[in-house]
Amino acid sequence: MTARTPVSSCLTALGLSLAMMALPVAAVAADLTVGFSQIGSESGWRAAETTVSKAEAEKRGITLKIADAQQKQENQIKAIRAFVAQGVDAIFLAPVVSTGWETVLAEAKEAEIPVVLLDRDIDPSGKDLYLTAVTSDSVHEGRVAGEWLVKTVGDKTCNVVELQGTVGASVATNRKKGFEEGIAGHANVTIVRSQTGEFTRAKGKEVMESFIKAEGGGKSICAVYAHNDDMMVGAIQAMKEAGLKPGSEILTVSIDAVPDIFKAMAAGEANATVELTPNMAGPAFDAVVAFKENGTVPPKWIQTESKLYTSADDPMKVYESKKDLGY
Amino acid sequence: MTLRQPHSGVPQIIALLVILAVNWIVSPQFFDIRLQDGRLFGSLIDVLNRGAPVALLSIGMVLVIALRGIDLSVGAVMAICGAIAASLADSHSLPVTLAAALGVGLLCGLWNGILVAGLGIQPIVATLILMVAGRGIAQLITEGRIVTFTDPALAWIGGGSIVGVPAPVAITAVMLLVTLLLVRGTALGLMIEATGGNERASTLAGIGTRAMTIAVYVWCSLCAAMAGVIAAADILGADANNAGLWLELDAILAVVIGGTSLFGGRFSISLAVLGALIIQAMNTGILLSGYPPQFNLVVKAVVVMAVLLVQSPKLAGLSAALRRRAR
Repeated sequence: MTARTPVSSCLTALGLSLAMMALPVAAVAADLTVGFSQIGSESGWRAAETTVSKAEAEKRGITLKIADAQQKQENQIKAIRAFVAQGVDAIFLAPVVSTGWETVLAEAKEAEIPVVLLDRDIDPSGKDLYLTAVTSDSVHEGRVAGEWLVKTVGDKTCNVVELQGTVGASVATNRKKGFEEGIAGHANVTIVRSQTGEFTRAKGKEVMESFIKAEGGGKSICAVYAHNDDMMVGAIQAMKEAGLKPGSEILTVSIDAVPDIFKAMAAGEANATVELTPNMAGPAFDAVVAFKENGTVPPKWIQTESKLYTSADDPMKVYESKKDLGY
Repeated sequence: MTLRQPHSGVPQIIALLVILAVNWIVSPQFFDIRLQDGRLFGSLIDVLNRGAPVALLSIGMVLVIALRGIDLSVGAVMAICGAIAASLADSHSLPVTLAAALGVGLLCGLWNGILVAGLGIQPIVATLILMVAGRGIAQLITEGRIVTFTDPALAWIGGGSIVGVPAPVAITAVMLLVTLLLVRGTALGLMIEATGGNERASTLAGIGTRAMTIAVYVWCSLCAAMAGVIAAADILGADANNAGLWLELDAILAVVIGGTSLFGGRFSISLAVLGALIIQAMNTGILLSGYPPQFNLVVKAVVVMAVLLVQSPKLAGLSAALRRRAR
């Protein structure tokens, strides 16, 4: 899991960004050098983001310099200053915290080097210091999950149990809010129990065990919603150990699309997952190329797609394509 | 001369019974137990099964604390040994996997023991080193990913059963019996208490305090290694970031709830294990209750405070004095 804050409301950004992705990649890309200040290895998703960024740069013939900040802001500030000194063409920043960037980003602006934020946004006060932010909308992710469930159960009464992320993490709050929006207006779908599984497999399993006991051996549970796939992998084990059949008796929907959930899907033990794409750099490269070449100023927020995967999407193939990304 | 029994255990047993009764009130099916795939299944079994890792940690921790030491590294040792077990499980047989994981646990204990007893570094600092470095080592072993395995032999340690009793519970029970036999069946326990009370006097009295201290840290790490293998086997994978995270604090709490003083001296292994079960009974109760997760930590803190207040000798004296005055 990764924590990120969504940018303010600007839904037209998606359409614009898609239009921009369609732009042909021009020769100028070949000469670009981009410096990327990455947070560090905090999760499998983060590792996958780095791998995908490298691949996307290679695809476009862009030279990508990655600086690992080991979860420290001062390292990121140092890296940005080094990139400015080297005179790179653009800087990508995955900010570890949301405040304290004014000085260093002003330096980059002075050097006329565009900065693109990846995956997380910074404080609104720094809005004119960067070119654009490429992030996912975690409220939207929850909504996609909720809408899938509503569509799948139809008019049937459905008791949902929810495995929340870490209490207080913005991504957990948002994914909860989005899911509630997704099922709003459908009185047949209700959340009967909600507890934190702290984004981990072990906790997800433990919490699911207690849900099963509290809900009469799990017979009254119709679906499980987990804020990330890792908790769902744990919950699936708990259901199997209790003699229940996840994927058929109990529906599952979670978020992130890590490789292991596709393995469960292929085995018929999971139903759906919403992807938090590790490809944040791709749209960012396109925005930078368009900006450098034609002076096209991208919108302030480029929202990445929250793609829904179900067992109909050949899960084994997706698993194979994702397993070597470093998740 | 007969020795006075140092701990009656009455407050702890009452605390456990009260918590179990509260659990039964919030969740009437709490004491229901049935067989599921040849394994006992029910909330009470969950308490024992989920409490097993912390109970194992507390068995080792209570000996360390009795020596006036402390071992902060047990959570990190769990992560290391879990990572090793999960990495080796699919390519090696169970005895090899277990030997490697427990062997590394032994080395970790030796490191701690030598720092404390050999170099005379304060235990809290000496074990802090491995607490911090250990998680990094575990992350190096797993390369920051969740390493999964499919080997059914290792999976049995987490999910198997012996005549219906979950394997983690059985392993913990055996470990408790072995430790009790070693410590209370011989003069070792008395020597540990003497050393914890006054190391210098004990050395002068002819106790090999240095070797004994090293052995106790090794035993503590071995318990942690076993707990780490159980935690990995439970989720069929090693999660280096989260396995055993903060469990050293739960283990210390279990020891303290069990009535052993952090200043060393008299100790009770059984009551430390009872303390671990009190903590887990509370955790399971909170999960069953259906309260919003924001309350989890507050409820836990209140219960722990109540249990410790009941044990406080000052408070007992105060209430006795009040009763006398009322008369």
